[in-house]
Amino acid sequence: MTALAVTNLHKSFGGLRVTNGVNLSVEPGERRLIIGPNGAGKTTLFNLITGELSPDAGSVALFGTDITRMPSRRRPHMGMARTYQIITLFPHDTIIHNVSLALLGLTPMRWNPLTDIKRQSQLIDQARGALARVGLADIAGRPLAQTSYGERRRVEIAMALAQNPKVLLLDEPFAGLSIDERRDVHNLLLAIPRNVTMVMIEHNMDVALEFAERITLLHFGEVIVEGTRAEVVADPRTREVYLGH
Amino acid sequence: MTARLLGLAVAFVALLTVPYWMPGDYYVNVSSQILFYAIFALGLNILVGYAGLVSLGHAGLFGIAAYATGYMLQLGYGHVPAILVALVIGLVSMAIYAVLSLRTTGIGFIMITLALGQILWGLAYRWISLTNGDNGINLPGRPQPFGVEINSANAYYYATLVTFLLALAATTVFVRSPFGAALMGTRDQPRRMNALGYHVWAIRFWACMFSGLLTAVAGVLFVYYTLFISPQTLALPASAEVLLMVISGGAGTLFGPVVGAALVVVVKSVVSGYIERWNMLLGLIFVAIVILMPEGLVPGSARLWRLAWRRASKKGAQP
Repeated sequence: MTALAVTNLHKSFGGLRVTNGVNLSVEPGERRLIIGPNGAGKTTLFNLITGELSPDAGSVALFGTDITRMPSRRRPHMGMARTYQIITLFPHDTIIHNVSLALLGLTPMRWNPLTDIKRQSQLIDQARGALARVGLADIAGRPLAQTSYGERRRVEIAMALAQNPKVLLLDEPFAGLSIDERRDVHNLLLAIPRNVTMVMIEHNMDVALEFAERITLLHFGEVIVEGTRAEVVADPRTREVYLGH
Repeated sequence: MTARLLGLAVAFVALLTVPYWMPGDYYVNVSSQILFYAIFALGLNILVGYAGLVSLGHAGLFGIAAYATGYMLQLGYGHVPAILVALVIGLVSMAIYAVLSLRTTGIGFIMITLALGQILWGLAYRWISLTNGDNGINLPGRPQPFGVEINSANAYYYATLVTFLLALAATTVFVRSPFGAALMGTRDQPRRMNALGYHVWAIRFWACMFSGLLTAVAGVLFVYYTLFISPQTLALPASAEVLLMVISGGAGTLFGPVVGAALVVVVKSVVSGYIERWNMLLGLIFVAIVILMPEGLVPGSARLWRLAWRRASKKGAQP
């Protein structure tokens, strides 16, 4: 069964067509890279998949279940998690609190107004476990304001992983990172097990090509090339609209 | 941590012994006012401080609970049904407020709550057959909880103190809970919270309900204190005043609204006896707080205390 199936998806903002009949089929465990020039509609496609935007036409299915009209808040409960191009965290809290919020989002405990969140040892342990996966367990109690950009990227990924997703959408996870930080995040992504299907938007082709098994090239809201890494890189249209000559 | 606990213990003992060290009944009554306005401010703070939703119509909810109490007593019901109905009407009104105003946030939320508050004020003012208009409703007397008379200043103070401590404890538990964490998450990053699986609207709705409950409780205490309710209680200045309490004390803190309530009530009820233009003084104090401690008196004082402590420690460490 296909992990993520996007069928003939359309979205316009006024007269501007940002997604124009996109089809995407991602198999379970696959590592898919979405590339395209600025304004190609990559992040809009993510927003349509996660439900932050409603499509004008077309459908989105997650493991065979049509989720096109499902509220975006319910999709994480179905196994979909995402990270943001612009880091979106809780700046006044500690790293572990950020990850705890991610865990809490999927449990009925989030409605509990009577217990102390700091005494939820199972939640805290799980959050520590998620932080250990991204190498941040040692600084779990540090306020987010005192962390580097690279550490925040890893917190974003830890929050997504903490939700134990089946499909993980990564929106430019290497953006703004130094060479060392990029290597750390790259190793982190490579360590994610195969039961997690990953779709990544990325401009940094050095690291992204290593990650990708199949690549989809978007241009003006349309898929113009799709195939294996070698096929897409060798395609003249890729060179024309994205890689350059 | 020890300093904090010591401060809390001193404050608790001071509150318990108010009737013994205050110079007279008038000041004990002022203390009662501080406490029920503090409950009101705690209620508004749930929205302003923890949900990031600024309401300018809370006096309408405060007033509707007070009117409901007075009206029920006027109809001949006892105190218990009057209070229960007042709380239920307060909650139902809050639910209506929430459903209408949570369609938006920011300026939109402020304007809708302002409009709803003005509608309630208008009803209180013009629906004379129900509210007696400008003449208001007089209450026949105070209840006797568990057979205890609370007609004297001291007795009413203790009844208010018990309710205040319960409200403060409930608020403390609420904001430290998983739900409180979720609420603060919706304040800081609603989009992210949605993507993490939270129902942002529902979280805000239930926060409104808790806020409405505290506001209604404060309204009931207010009307039993004054034994009178008139449209003035629901007017816009009353909503602005409680917002001032929250912001001046420190929105999003537990004790900020309490300190803010003390500041506003003392200036209004005590300082006004000495300074004719006390409104101007209150305005100047508010401007000074915004300039010197924009985070509010409680977090601002804590910041200055930490700074002074660090400097003193550094000086002590120098040879």
